[in-house]
Amino acid sequence: MSLDDQNDAAFHEDIIKEVLAQYPEKAAKKRARHLNVIKSDEEAGSSSCGVKSNVKSVPGVMTIRGCAYAGSKGVVWGPVKDMLHISHGPVGCGQYSWSQRRNYFTGTVGIDSFVTMQITSDFQERDIVFGGDKNLDKMLDELNELFPLSNGISVQSECPIGLIGDDIEAVAKKKNKELGKPVVPVRCEGFRGVSQSLGHHIANDAIRDWVFDKTSAEWETGPYDVNLIADYNIGGDAWPSRRLLEEMGLRVIGSWSGDATLAEMERAPKARLNLIHCYRSMNYICRHMEEKYNIPWVEYNFFGPSQIAKSLRKIASQFDETIQQKAEEVIAKYQPLVDAVLAKYKPRLEGKKVMLYVGGLRPRHVADAYDDLGMNIVGTGYEFAHNDDYQRTTDYLKDGTLIYDDVSGYELEKFIEKIRPDLVGSGIKEKYATQKMGVPFRQMHSWDYSGPYHGYDGFAIFARDMDMAINSPVWSKFKAPWKAA
Amino acid sequence: MPQSADKIKDHISLFKEPEYQELFASKKAQFECRHSDEAVAAQAEYTKGWEYREKNFARQIAVINPAKACQPLGAVFAAAGFEGTLPYVHGSQGCVAYFRSHLARHFKEAVPIVADSMTEDAAVFGGLTNIVEGLQNAYTLYNPKMIVVSTTCMAEVIGDDLSAFIATAKEKGSVPGDFPVPFAHTPSFVGSHVVGYDNQMKGILNYFWDREAGERKAGAPNGKLNIIPGFDGYAVANNRELKRYLDVMGVDYTLLGDVSDIYDTPSDGEYRMYDGGTTLDETRDAINAKATLSLQEFCSLKTLEYVKDKGQAVASLNYPMGISGTDALLMKISELSGKPIPDSLEKERGRLMDAITDSQAWLHGKKFALFGDPDFTLGMTAFLLDMGCEPTHVLCTNGSAEWEAKVKALLASSPFGAAGQVWRGKDLWHLRSLLFTEPVDFLIGSSYGKYLEKDTGIPLIRLTFPIFDRHHHHRFPTLGYQGGLRVLVEILDRVFEVADASSDISYDLTR
Repeated sequence: MSLDDQNDAAFHEDIIKEVLAQYPEKAAKKRARHLNVIKSDEEAGSSSCGVKSNVKSVPGVMTIRGCAYAGSKGVVWGPVKDMLHISHGPVGCGQYSWSQRRNYFTGTVGIDSFVTMQITSDFQERDIVFGGDKNLDKMLDELNELFPLSNGISVQSECPIGLIGDDIEAVAKKKNKELGKPVVPVRCEGFRGVSQSLGHHIANDAIRDWVFDKTSAEWETGPYDVNLIADYNIGGDAWPSRRLLEEMGLRVIGSWSGDATLAEMERAPKARLNLIHCYRSMNYICRHMEEKYNIPWVEYNFFGPSQIAKSLRKIASQFDETIQQKAEEVIAKYQPLVDAVLAKYKPRLEGKKVMLYVGGLRPRHVADAYDDLGMNIVGTGYEFAHNDDYQRTTDYLKDGTLIYDDVSGYELEKFIEKIRPDLVGSGIKEKYATQKMGVPFRQMHSWDYSGPYHGYDGFAIFARDMDMAINSPVWSKFKAPWKAA
Repeated sequence: MPQSADKIKDHISLFKEPEYQELFASKKAQFECRHSDEAVAAQAEYTKGWEYREKNFARQIAVINPAKACQPLGAVFAAAGFEGTLPYVHGSQGCVAYFRSHLARHFKEAVPIVADSMTEDAAVFGGLTNIVEGLQNAYTLYNPKMIVVSTTCMAEVIGDDLSAFIATAKEKGSVPGDFPVPFAHTPSFVGSHVVGYDNQMKGILNYFWDREAGERKAGAPNGKLNIIPGFDGYAVANNRELKRYLDVMGVDYTLLGDVSDIYDTPSDGEYRMYDGGTTLDETRDAINAKATLSLQEFCSLKTLEYVKDKGQAVASLNYPMGISGTDALLMKISELSGKPIPDSLEKERGRLMDAITDSQAWLHGKKFALFGDPDFTLGMTAFLLDMGCEPTHVLCTNGSAEWEAKVKALLASSPFGAAGQVWRGKDLWHLRSLLFTEPVDFLIGSSYGKYLEKDTGIPLIRLTFPIFDRHHHHRFPTLGYQGGLRVLVEILDRVFEVADASSDISYDLTR
């Protein structure tokens, strides 16, 4: 590997030291395990970027992480469109997460689709004292009456539920019978686990226990039936993805959970193959389907033409030559679009340095999309990744890349200040501080209200957006001209 | 091929392309198992009627699309208005991620708040370790002048005692003994963000007035007027406008909790984690003020009671907007400070009156539904009545019985309020039924109202927090005569847009 293919390890090690020096001793010791520089020539720890992950955040340092409720309601369950999702507990959790993940769907809101609604039991003091089960029972009746075309109801637990000893499973069982539609209790109280991640897992388990084990789907499995798993259809991501799969001859019988109906979830065990995009949030249910229903699963990546082509071939290799042939045709069909996008944007983006800090997938998954545009990831980190995510990360990144797990506000700000990248991709909480420092920024959770970014159609938008962030004229005007000298 | 490099289509136009329309149709037909289009259309129609409205209003537990947030959101907002202050939330970390995102989406600003990240072990053993470690880390890393602590519902359910915990943390040296750490218990299962604001404001005053150096009584009067703005999405511009008035009147004042700088920092290459805010010295000295005036009664009930107990005159208004609201504000400031209202402000008043007079024919008798916080809905109703508009539905998810009585009295004070109905503790799904069964011309509220606009076709005018889908509204005032002018123009613009959009023969050049 030539030096050009590496990031500046020594520089990054220095700034890690500098940052850690600012912490009290105990916190510095804890945080030191989460900051590192990728070095593939060293045996120890190299396969997982050498950082600890999925452990408790240090109190008081301004972690960017969320909670299990966010992982379940916000990520996994919330997008299932024909179900009502109750934010069970006080009003806030549902209010702040209301319509914020841009999980697109088709349907009529409030009639047969409910994604952009905030439904809550709005706990009051008496619920804390006397418990919320009785009211939950009654609330389920009320909702069924007001939304008769809903196909199921999920109960997303907020912090108090687990603390006051409510038995929402018992309520769910009873109402399941009474209402004749699935009622799914989810124990995703925000204090469980260390981040959104446990919420994903709990939500996956709820699909297993309350959808697969309690419902059955009539379905004649065809030779090319697949599920598209863990695409949340942010800004419509799952749709260009679906197009590619259909164009290569596959039949997508379930789309999880962006734009999903309950029927699509119930039918999933009938598929031949599971295709998983966000490994972090839905690997659990894929493993379960593999064990119980013998359905293999394949990880794929639809960010950027290199990974899309690689993924299409990888997916096709699971099927016969017809599909493999069609996959090649699909890749060829879109090549002119890719060429045109690269011709337009690569000259404007080549050599630009990028820092990322996102959730559990994108810090690695988008790396090659940037690479396709000639951009270089100099630092990346996850909010809630596990060791297996960091293992997968080294494949994508260069030696010398700065790695920061569960970064604190302080660390991220200092890293940006020292590295001065040409672009930072992170979330709304990080956006404005970064931009004020004069560093271009794109939100990489919500696509900054743009998207889709998946698939070839999405890559064009991705390239356009990165270009408009970096090459906007605003960055040159920050200093008043009388101060500029 | 729907996409091209020449003219890149994003979600706004891409999905209208035939390839995607076909995809939607085929997914729906083959895989979704949705109810039939007829069933959906029938139910959609049914939800517009009186029968559905009655069912909707019969629910007792389910809350659907509420227009309120929880206590700690108000608490961190109140804390952010003080110099060098880091809001700190004791409890689950996810809540803090939400508060920060929620405020950032509205203000388009960084919103630094720390959590002490309590998890399952803290649920069992309490969060003392978290606060001891958390305060030390926050203090060392972020170098604040003050850390203000509020709580999430998790810490409240397990009963953590902030006073004792903070004292222990200080004993253990997490922060210096004399370092200000005011606190408030802010359970999200009591009240809403306006109560959280009140609790935290009281907690801050209580720290400086009673806890920092023992119980204090008002000393030598400093001749100042304290003003508490309350939870206000327009605070950036409104606080500045308020300060302009006070300066013009020559009133010596302390704005208690002023976020106008921290939620409006410049882009010049430097990120300011702290900027502006009420100084700690001013806050200490505020006990010696002549009087304390709250601009939002329902954001300051407990705080004003506390201030009153300290021997100060107190007064409150309900989000003074427009003519009568601003008149009341200026007269109250004049009364409490002893300073006359200068001619220059009277002239501003005259200009707003002039504008309303010019446009009143377009406003007279127009029916409005409005929703929002208790004080906002009161202030907005008053201004609508000033202009000859008819507030038809006034809805407040977090309104109290006192609020209801006040709105009713206000409506009763004007013939334009005669048909007004007041909806306390109701949500936006209730409002949907109201708008279908008893429609209005315009809807006033926050961005959440856009779903109502889409369903009912009634144009939404965004005039209160949160505004996520329009930029920079909060950078212009709604308070005072200038703010009144701006609110007037926003309403008029929608009135004229509607007139133009629905005119054919009468598509007039001049209106």
